[in-house]
Amino acid sequence: MSAVRIWECIFVLAGVSYLLRVLPLTIIRKPITNRFVRSLLYYIPYATIAVMTVPAIFAVSSHPMAGIAALIVAGLAAWFTSNLFLSAAGASLAVLFVELLI
Amino acid sequence: MNTDSMKKENEFMLGARDAVPIALGYFAVAFSLGIAAHNVGMTAVQGFFLSLLNNASAGEYAGIASIAGGTTLAALAVLILITNARYLLMSCALSQKLDPSMRPVHRLFIAWGVTDELFGLAITRQGYVKPSYLYGVYITALSCWAVGTAAGVAAGNAFPAVVVAALSASIFGMFLAIVLPPARKDKAVFAVVMASFILSSVCSYIPLFQSVSESIRVIILTLIISVCAAVLKPVADEETEDTESAADPAKGRAKGLQAVGKESVA
Repeated sequence: MSAVRIWECIFVLAGVSYLLRVLPLTIIRKPITNRFVRSLLYYIPYATIAVMTVPAIFAVSSHPMAGIAALIVAGLAAWFTSNLFLSAAGASLAVLFVELLI
Repeated sequence: MNTDSMKKENEFMLGARDAVPIALGYFAVAFSLGIAAHNVGMTAVQGFFLSLLNNASAGEYAGIASIAGGTTLAALAVLILITNARYLLMSCALSQKLDPSMRPVHRLFIAWGVTDELFGLAITRQGYVKPSYLYGVYITALSCWAVGTAAGVAAGNAFPAVVVAALSASIFGMFLAIVLPPARKDKAVFAVVMASFILSSVCSYIPLFQSVSESIRVIILTLIISVCAAVLKPVADEETEDTESAADPAKGRAKGLQAVGKESVA
């Protein structure tokens, strides 16, 4: 990918991100009342983040067990502790453990 | 120095201090994001600006992944629209926390740093949030985010493959920490997360769907699953203003989105 192309992508990402944040603060300025829209906005982050996590987590390592171990360890850490650092560190350590020891 | 500018300085310093724990987490996660950016051929400068201008972990990750797979700019725009849609809701809520008599130009700067964690910080302040407080928060947290990404890109060359794999896994650990705690509290979110895991896996392993690019797959699945959930289990209809209930995540699942930001900092 050319450098110009990457800059184009960066500016498209930045432009859309900024519009999403700036419009409610400047033009809209009101809470969203439509129930369907609020429901959609409520569920979208969970769906999109979950879709991006699995199966992509299995591809971090060429060792098939590493991604599975990362999912289980980080999943348990997230579920029981709600702690961002424990979950992120758990995923890393699981991959390291499998790659080095198995 | 008059009292007014002293007050401003105090608010700024207070914000800068409140943001330190978040800034540390941001640096670590941005670092692994930087490694991913390095893998698709970004330079440290590009990684720095990607993060400085976006301030969005999941959105940037989605962007990097689809740049890797080759994408059109239109598909990229739709993808970031979906992954960052929650910021629209957060900005709506934050808008209620800003003094209407504040100079309007501040709104343009405040918008730049609306993230899950920083929104969580802003929304829990008593009364109107001062722009100077937010600027203190932004400078501390978002500089670490941008510098962390650049550092990750630069370090991408230096580490052995095993370490890169381990660090790359940490972003998924962060994603799980965002979706699983709310899933534990809300059965509808749990169903959404599980359906996403399963459908996403199915679509990437079935040959028919493999021709569809990563970003299109994320967009389509997100929309299908979210629309189903919104139809089957709409959020509670609330009379209260967003701001009010956003400050109290216990008030119901309609406000769970805001709670995400706070929980992922803890």
